[in-house]
Formats: sequence, C-alpha cells, structure tokens
Amino acid sequence: MTASAMPSSRRDLASRSYRDVLAASTARTLARRRVVNHTMIGLTYVAALVATLPLILILWHLLEQGATSVNWDFFTKIPKPAGDVGGGMANGIVGTGMLVLIASLVGLPVGVGAGLYLAEQRGGKLAMVVRFLSDVLNGLPSIVLGIFAWQMLVRPFKHFSALSGGLALAAMMIPLVTRATEEMIRLVPVSMREAALALGYTKWRTSLGVVLRTALPGIVTGALVAVARIAGETAPLIFTAFGNQFWSVSPFQPIAALPMQIYLYAISPYDDWHRHAWAGALVLLALVLIISLAARFATRSRFGLGGD
Amino acid sequence: MTEASIGARVASPATPVTAGIEGSSIGDRIYRGATTFFALVIPTLLCLIAWEVFAAGWPALSKFGIGFFTESHWDAVKGQFGAAPAIYGTIVSSIIALLIATPLAVGVAIFLSEFAPAWVRQPVAFFVDLLAAIPSVVYGLWGILVLVPFLRDTVMSFIRDELHLGGLPIFAGPAYGPSMLAAGVILAIMCLPYISAVTREVLLAVPRSQREAALALGATRWEMIWDAVLPSARSGIIGGIILGLGRALGETMAVTMVIGNRHEISASLFQPGYTMASQIANEFSEATTDLHVSALMAVGAGLFIVTVIVNVIARWLVWRTARSQGG
Repeated sequence: MTASAMPSSRRDLASRSYRDVLAASTARTLARRRVVNHTMIGLTYVAALVATLPLILILWHLLEQGATSVNWDFFTKIPKPAGDVGGGMANGIVGTGMLVLIASLVGLPVGVGAGLYLAEQRGGKLAMVVRFLSDVLNGLPSIVLGIFAWQMLVRPFKHFSALSGGLALAAMMIPLVTRATEEMIRLVPVSMREAALALGYTKWRTSLGVVLRTALPGIVTGALVAVARIAGETAPLIFTAFGNQFWSVSPFQPIAALPMQIYLYAISPYDDWHRHAWAGALVLLALVLIISLAARFATRSRFGLGGD
Repeated sequence: MTEASIGARVASPATPVTAGIEGSSIGDRIYRGATTFFALVIPTLLCLIAWEVFAAGWPALSKFGIGFFTESHWDAVKGQFGAAPAIYGTIVSSIIALLIATPLAVGVAIFLSEFAPAWVRQPVAFFVDLLAAIPSVVYGLWGILVLVPFLRDTVMSFIRDELHLGGLPIFAGPAYGPSMLAAGVILAIMCLPYISAVTREVLLAVPRSQREAALALGATRWEMIWDAVLPSARSGIIGGIILGLGRALGETMAVTMVIGNRHEISASLFQPGYTMASQIANEFSEATTDLHVSALMAVGAGLFIVTVIVNVIARWLVWRTARSQGG
C-alpha cells in the first residue's frame, strides 16, 4: 500500500515531461502488479472454496440418502437375499470389529516395538534402513497387500478366512503405528530419561516404565488413527476375508465387513441395495470419524495424565 | 517374570550397585533383542511381499516377456495376457487427477499458510484433512451414484453440445457414465489432502525473515509468495505432488467403481478404461486358470515397483527440502 502511494502523488506533481511518462508507466506497472496480487490472492480463496466443496457434497449426500435407512434393523439384522426388502449389516459391523481386532493384536506390538527401536537407535544404520522401508511399506497400494495375503494365507489352505484379512490389515497398520510411536517417543524430554537412569533404573525399565508411559497418550492417538484408516479398507479384504452374508466370528471362516458390504451393494443394480449402501457408508464414516475424534481427544489430555 | 523382579530390585536404591549392573545387562539385552526383532519385522515383511508377488507373477512374466507390458490383448479364455491398457489407464487417470488436484491443493495450502483469516483457517484445514479420512469405498459409492450421473448428464453434454468439442479425440464417442474422466476426478479429490498437507508443511518451514525481506523490498503479498516463498519450497511441493501420485496410482476401490473396467486403450476421456489396481480388484476372484492368476500377480508386481519408485522419489524430495531449510 505504501509503495503504491508514492508514485501516484509524484504523478500529481509532474507536468508533461519525460519524468511524467516514466511515472505514468510506473503507475501502470504498479496497477498491474496490484491487479495480479488481488487476482492471485482471490484465486487461493477460490481454491479453498472448491477444495472444501467435495467434502460438503459427500457429507450432504450421505446424510440425505443414508439417514433414512439407518434404523434399528440395520444394526441388528443380517443382509437379506436380493429381492427381499429390509435386513441390515449387523454381521458386517461385527466383522469389521473382528478384523480390526486381529490386525491390532499383531500390528500394535510390532509397530510399538519397532517405533521404540527407531526412537532409541536414531542414527543407527539399521534404524535408517527400517525407517525408510517402513515408509515404503506405508506407500504400497492396499490391493498389493491383499494379493500378498491371498498368496500366503488363502492359496495354500484353499480357504478364505478372517485371519488372512486381519493380517493383511496388520501389514497396513504396522508402518503407521511405527511412525507414530517413534515421533511420540522423540517428544519425551531427554531429561526424563536421564533422571530415571540417574535414579538407578535400568535402561529397559526407563524405556518402558518412564519414556513409553509418558508417550502413551500420543501412541494411543497414533494407534487410533491407524485403526480408523484400516477400518474403512476394502481392497485388502476382497480376496482374503471375502465377505459373508451370514453371522460368523470365527477367524478361520470367511467374515463379513462393512466396507465390503457397501461395495457389494453399491455396484448392484437394485435401488433397495443402493439405499443400504448409503446407510452403510454413513455408519462407516461415522465410525471412522468417531475413532479419529477419540484420537484427537487422547492427545489433548496427554499432559493431564502425567500422574504418579 | 524373572527379568521383571531383577529390574524391580535394581530400581530400589538399597540394592548393591554390582547387582544393578549384572541385572541390567540381562533385562537390557532382552529388551534390546525384542525391539530389534520388531524392527526387523518391517524389512522382512517387505521382502516377503516382494518375493511372493513376483514369484506368483513370474509364470506370466516369463511366458509373455516384455510383451506383457506392451500388448493390449487380454483374453482369459485363450490364455493371452497383455496389460498395456491397464498401465495406460493407470497413467492417464493419475495425470488427470494431478492436473485437477495440484492447483487446488497448492492454492489451498497458500491460502491456509498465508492469507486465511484465523476463523476460517481452522475449519478449512479440518475439512481438507477430513477428505483423507473418508474410506475409499465411500468415495466409490458417491462416485458411482452421484458423480458419474452428474458427469454424464451435465458435464459431458455441456462439453459436447455447448462447447462443440465432441470432435476432439479426447472427448469422442458416446457419453458413458463410468469413464476415465470420472476416475480422474475422484482420484483428484482423494489425493488433494495429501498434496495440500505436504505443501502446507513446506510453506510453513520457509523462514519468516524471507517473507519480511520480500515485503520490505516493496513486493506485493503475491510477489512475496511467488518470488520469495515458493522457490525455496518448490522441491518439497513437487515431493508432495509425487506423494499424491503414489496414492493415485495404487488407489483401488473408488476407481474400480467409476472407471467402467474395460480392457481397451481409448484416447477419449469419456470412454471406460481400466487401471492396474482396478483390474486386479475386478478380476481376481473370477480368475480360474493359474495363468490368469499369475498375470494378475504380475500386474500387482508392476504396481509394487512403480509405487516404490514414486514414493522413494517423493520422500527424498521432501526430506531434501526440510534439510535445506535447516529444519
């Protein structure tokens, strides 16, 4: 603003002369610069508007189409065969819970252990390699994990199973938990570790009892974010957990999952199934968002949990 | 159990120092061994994935050789497999996605880091981040039931009838709903939050003094961004874009649901296509012959290699930017 004020006042003073031409051209340049400035800043506002539009549209359609079909039956009944109206996705919701449980039982210990290693061996050669490969694993398409789990755990047994699906999800979970754990442990002040060691704690008790414990709320957040991510996955499950139209919680049988049920219904030609798909998507998204919000909450109370 | 009790004894100050040293070495060794073991799970898992997928894809790769990637004939009954259309579709849909998402994502990131009033910043950042939390199958559902009809009835007919661009090869042919364009648009929405998150991060890493110096020299606010901020953030932003590319290349469910799944190379964006990921998702459970399974595994192996390369480049670029700014 100050930069533009000066030449314009100069233009007022000058009469028709070289100086005037120069000043006029400067003023023109300035005007152009100002226009460019406002246009581009305006465009970033437009970008922000356009970028938030899809989310608003998706949420709106989910609520509009799905809310009417989410009822008691949806949470308590299993799917009905094509043509029959009604039914729910109770088995899918339980199945998703089961798959997440299997994935967490494997993924959490491995992820937290690896994260501890990375945080403590910060600059070591193996740590660098593991950190890098963890990022590579994180970048792998989930469908590749799906065919891998099929090749390892379904093909030899000639049988789809919840276990194979859960382990495919665990492979997705490990790099996420590893990274979160490492970052959270690095946030713990070195002085805490030193204080514990100075008090005569052994290294392993310092790591587990003091450092890990301090970082725990952050790690819980990381774990919940990972759970929210895998709970909505479909691609690793379609050749492993396979889906199931009936009740099953056995790890060794094909199991239903909410995302797979949505997929099946969405690509069907039936309107009634589309309604169920919307309802399922609404419930799945609500589930994912609740877990994500819980994750935020866990971090917020980090310093409230210091304690004894 | 024994280790725990030793540890407990060591922790109490009354324990002789020598016992402490002896006890700590056992507990520490076990702890060290356990964490090292968990850390080693990651490289082992990755090697196992690479080995299993490549070994399973090998019969198809060795039978068709380089032709597997260049031929476009895919016939499960005759045992002929050429993955060129899927590779073509993967590249084209990802390019469309990046062309749409990049300006938007960089614009949002600049808006959030430089211009946004405080009360807008939080909600907009939250909304954009939330895009990354939506499951792929929900995008697919929205895509197939809302986006595809909208593109078919509104956008495609507008381009054809109002703009009279139907003669261009990229807009040629009948307007199917499921199409390369639909896949590109859905992918654009999906990789936008990744690009914008990385861009925001690298923009915030540019020192404040650099902005103040530009403003002090008389730059407008946009000139400050363009001349002083973006150049030092450039390779980080490119890293973010490539990270988004990695997501787009491997995205499966949403694309499978809107791309139409047709094994054919067509220049027109209005025509159905295939991507490597959607071909696996769509055909794997129907593959009855060993060769068909092997061909799909080989496609998976190709996807593995491409995404690893893309991710490595992206991480390197982001890491380099962060380091050059002394972060």
